Amino acid sequence: MSTPSYLIRRVLQAVAVIVIVTIVVFGLLHALPGGPARGILGPQATAQQIARFNHEQGLDQPLPVQYLHYLNQLLHGDLGTSYTLNAPVSRLIGERLPKTLVLTVLSMVIGLLLAIPLGMWQAVRRNRPVDYVITTLSFIAYSTPVYFLGLILILVFSQVLPWFPSQAPQGDSLAQVFSDPQALVLPVAAGAASMVAVFSRYMRAATLENLSEDYVRTARAGGSRSRAILRRHVFRNSLTPVIAMLGYYLPVLFGGALVVEQLFNYPGMGLLFWSAAQASDYPVLLGCVLVISAATVVGTLLADVVQRIIDPRVKAGRA
Amino acid sequence: MSTVIQPAKTPGTAGTPRETSGTRLAVRRFLRNRLAVAGLGVVMFFVLFCFVGPLVYHTDQTHTALQQVNLSPSGAHWLGTDAVGHDELGRLMYGGKVSLTVGLAAGVLATVVGTLWGAAAGYAGGWIDAVMMRIVDAGIAIPALFILLVVSAITTPGLPGLILILGLVSWLVPSRLIRAETLTLKNRDYVLTLRAIGGTHARAILRHILPNSVSTIIVATTFQIADAILLVAYVSYLGLGVQPPTTDWGGMLSAGLTAAYSGYWWLILPPGLAIILVVWAFNAIGDGLRDAFDVRGRG
Repeated sequence: MSTPSYLIRRVLQAVAVIVIVTIVVFGLLHALPGGPARGILGPQATAQQIARFNHEQGLDQPLPVQYLHYLNQLLHGDLGTSYTLNAPVSRLIGERLPKTLVLTVLSMVIGLLLAIPLGMWQAVRRNRPVDYVITTLSFIAYSTPVYFLGLILILVFSQVLPWFPSQAPQGDSLAQVFSDPQALVLPVAAGAASMVAVFSRYMRAATLENLSEDYVRTARAGGSRSRAILRRHVFRNSLTPVIAMLGYYLPVLFGGALVVEQLFNYPGMGLLFWSAAQASDYPVLLGCVLVISAATVVGTLLADVVQRIIDPRVKAGRA
Repeated sequence: MSTVIQPAKTPGTAGTPRETSGTRLAVRRFLRNRLAVAGLGVVMFFVLFCFVGPLVYHTDQTHTALQQVNLSPSGAHWLGTDAVGHDELGRLMYGGKVSLTVGLAAGVLATVVGTLWGAAAGYAGGWIDAVMMRIVDAGIAIPALFILLVVSAITTPGLPGLILILGLVSWLVPSRLIRAETLTLKNRDYVLTLRAIGGTHARAILRHILPNSVSTIIVATTFQIADAILLVAYVSYLGLGVQPPTTDWGGMLSAGLTAAYSGYWWLILPPGLAIILVVWAFNAIGDGLRDAFDVRGRG
């Protein structure tokens, strides 16, 4: 398939996926016991009040009509109004999303910067002690619930050794977040740990696969030094499948951010979502789910496209 | 997750000598993997610990005992007591029963649903496959923790409900793996022959495609169980967990979170380490099985 038609196909697929997500979110909203009216008016509301509310909000119309109405609102950037914070959901998310993205991207970048060399080192030293040690450590990191890891980090590096604050940077603006980099250390470490675990495994597997390829043997036979082969060929070729996995890993990262933000009291979207869940603030909950899912779909799309552009083997259908 | 699956082995029908020796070879390869064998040992230990342990080590996990709260480990209480006076070692067994049962059931449920969905999609092909897999993509795009937190805002399920919810948020990855496997199997001669002599689609899937994907399914189940046990640990933290006096390892951990700041380490380290060990063990077993069967799963 040529690249433009591949791109069109992938974008159409992504749009279809987002439409399905909106159906799920819409379905969830209507699966609520008593519907949204119960959610807004509370358990004390009389049947009359609920009927009037449903009529006013158009909730007595057939579901497909309501869905189209909901879709129309979405297309105009309207995610509804928060029950408890008395503000448009889109504005609330707009304020919080950048902070979550900062946390997620920092965890991702730092995680990758550690995972890639670790994975390559393991592949080169395959089945030696260092390989076993890193493998064991990454399995442990992968098996640890983020909130347990975060707690241990706080206890060790904030209580026992008073090196870092136990609370993430506070404040509304991004500038305030960056003004206190020390306070970012523990939350980012908690978010990056499973990333290191998973991606060092991918990088190890990809490097091993490449080391057994003909071009490595050819380069060796031609007299290239191992180090140069690794840097020039194996590194690049191993990186592409790893980049493609990044897209699939985004939901895990966002899920991790939800826990990390709650644990370190970081005022991002995860914390907004968390307090919305405590208050049964459904428009905020569903708006967040929609935005996070859309971000994941776009991220996956970007990862696929980047992989296709930098790795000619993908186009040829080999990788 | 990579959806590329190499044809795992020469296809044989169940029961032929070739299949038996293949299985025996796989077992031998598995047993040579030290980490995987260690994982198997850890799982066996915890099953004995949680299910046989309470028969030997009797503790009262129902009534509170306020005269003995937050005691540090001693001869009478090897792992101390918690905030309402329950013996922590006994609680570890008691909670582990729930964690292991829910994790196993949810992991198996997720694999069964995912396998049927993936096999149906891959076998049908065309637009049915496209629609079914876009639904999977949409499900994967919504982080499971977000869904679980929304559900916890709406309802507090019992144990069967919990298993159902966990199974329904985690069947997506296995469905992708099995679909890929089905794509390579559905054009094999024996499937085409069956179709030519008038066999039904259901028969083709159930009697030929799934039995030939069994190694992929087993490996997927093992990883699914590991993930499910980890997810169970999150569930109490998110407020969806089982209700006291029943508990699970995640519930013990969440209950101990605040106590940890007071220095009551025995309330968080034992459940935390139990979760890590068991999840690690299932992952190590999955890794060993994957290498032994020579299938491509994850990582």
